[in-house]
Amino acid sequence: MSVGTAKEITAGGVPLTYLDIGAGPAILMLHGAGGLPVGAPFLSGLAAHGRVIAPTHPGFGHAVLPDWIDSVDDLAYIYLDLLDALDLRDVTVIGTSLGGWLAAEIAVKSTARIARIVLGDAVGIKVSDRYTRDIVDIFATDPDELLALTFHDRSKAPNVMTLPDEALEIVAHNREASALYLWEPYAHNPKLPRRLHRIDVPVLVLWGEHDGLVTPAYGKAYADLIPGARFELIAGAAHVPQIEQPEAFVASVARFMAES
Amino acid sequence: MRTWYFSENAYPYLPDPATFPSIRVSLPNGVYDPKIGAELYHRYLDEWQTAEDEGLDLMLNEHHQTATNLNPSAAVVLGALARMTKKSRILVLGNPIGNRRDPVRVAEEMAMVDNYSRGRLEVGFVRGVPYELSPANSNPVRTADRLWEAHDLILKAWTTHDGPFNFEGRYFHYRQVNIWPRPYQQPRPPVWVTASTPAQVSKIAEHGHVAATFLTGYEASKAIFETYRKQRAADGAPMHEDRLAYACLVYVGDTDEEGFEGARKLMWYLSANKVAPQFKNPPGYASIKSAMALLRGAPTAFDRKSSLEQCIEMGIVFAGNPDTVYRQIARHYEHVGGYGHLLMMGQAGFLEHDETVRGIHNFAREVYPRLKELGLPAAAR
Repeated sequence: MSVGTAKEITAGGVPLTYLDIGAGPAILMLHGAGGLPVGAPFLSGLAAHGRVIAPTHPGFGHAVLPDWIDSVDDLAYIYLDLLDALDLRDVTVIGTSLGGWLAAEIAVKSTARIARIVLGDAVGIKVSDRYTRDIVDIFATDPDELLALTFHDRSKAPNVMTLPDEALEIVAHNREASALYLWEPYAHNPKLPRRLHRIDVPVLVLWGEHDGLVTPAYGKAYADLIPGARFELIAGAAHVPQIEQPEAFVASVARFMAES
Repeated sequence: MRTWYFSENAYPYLPDPATFPSIRVSLPNGVYDPKIGAELYHRYLDEWQTAEDEGLDLMLNEHHQTATNLNPSAAVVLGALARMTKKSRILVLGNPIGNRRDPVRVAEEMAMVDNYSRGRLEVGFVRGVPYELSPANSNPVRTADRLWEAHDLILKAWTTHDGPFNFEGRYFHYRQVNIWPRPYQQPRPPVWVTASTPAQVSKIAEHGHVAATFLTGYEASKAIFETYRKQRAADGAPMHEDRLAYACLVYVGDTDEEGFEGARKLMWYLSANKVAPQFKNPPGYASIKSAMALLRGAPTAFDRKSSLEQCIEMGIVFAGNPDTVYRQIARHYEHVGGYGHLLMMGQAGFLEHDETVRGIHNFAREVYPRLKELGLPAAAR
């Protein structure tokens, strides 16, 4: 299966790059803080079920970051413009982690072009009291410990120490962009829980059973705030089930697409 | 050359470093004993007083959530120094205005201290070290943009005297800025800004502020200072070496061995700075190139565990008897193309009060008179 074609488009005045993989019903894949994993099996797996549009968010990888952009809210409007620019309809929007927050922010604004939404180990809301951190502070956690919380099977985690320059440069950009979008309020929009009721398309909340960054309980609370949302666990995975269990992840998405 | 006595006011009485991951950000303050700390605060003020008595100017800074520096509010210390000293100039280097939420408050505090001191204040602005971002909860991305926007606002607040002005910037918003008091010095106190790379220094030069660099040794200091001079030349602006400052560790003994011994104690400042990797390299703080090196575990100046001899060779410590120290400083001065200010860290770690005072005396009496002539035209020497 091809890793897809790298394409460029300007949406909302912002030059975007995206991977275009496969054909069929549109799937907008929004990556998380780790960036777009070009060539990952779950991307080609999804492409067996539709045309996957997988943009790199501004600031991640080599994507242009205009100086006015600094929030997930900014990204949400840019991707609504992207759906318009590509004239996509009945789109399945999938977002993981930071991308899940982004998918939710898009959906509370408009589902005019959206058929369904998948939130994978998403951040974006706060459910506990002010003294309780719902989301591990990734910027204040030892790097080794962070990997242990992110991956159920540590052997699947990348080792930055051995990455070639080109790949490490992308990691450095991804880290910087993540800080820009996640820093404060930390990885959430305090208003989002009050807006999730607006989502009027089917929603699947998918969660790694062993997610150490944002627990399945948080995922259930997220699903409870969205009318009719379904919550599913993926076994043998932590924060990135799409990487650790790509077949199970794709199967859940495909089932949801077929049913809704 | 002008010399500013500088102390970080550390609290060195800590548990074995093997028992904690980071002296910055996360070390519980339960290990701080207020009875000991209060004595230290007074002792460090006394040492600044000694420096003034010996004819030096004074410098202080601020850090947060760290045992390496007990001054999370430089303004509080400035208030004490402004009242107790009489003649020295007082430099705060500096206010971390990229991390502070309220730049107008900084403008007010500095204006107050300028009045308290009857115009002896010099105001530094810093982006701050990377481990300051978590304590401030300040986004590591675009810190320089925030610093310069806050800088513009503070300078306008100091120099506007006809009632409120409006400031609706990218990062800071005020609609009625009209500070009381206004600064004592007219039009405003001198401004300093720190730089650790040549890229950061051009904007400082454009403003004509003093550029200060810390522990950058021979080559990096030279590159930074050269960039400053080139920018001034490109702008057709006058250049004087009083626009450039260098900070490092200095200890002067009667003998080389006594000087070296004091400097080894000062080097606690380097060796004690155990920082967890997540606080050392917050994403967005360093350039992509530097961040990549840090991700691969590249050592910083603090990690190298260099010997005193190596530190002297690198130009980050000046130590020995008065002749030795003078030669070291003169060699550094010549190598980097000259600078007008030496920021002398003369106390750190377990360097006791009497040792600190002796180091100040020796420097002020035996080295400083010669140092003052560095950079002066031959006819004036």
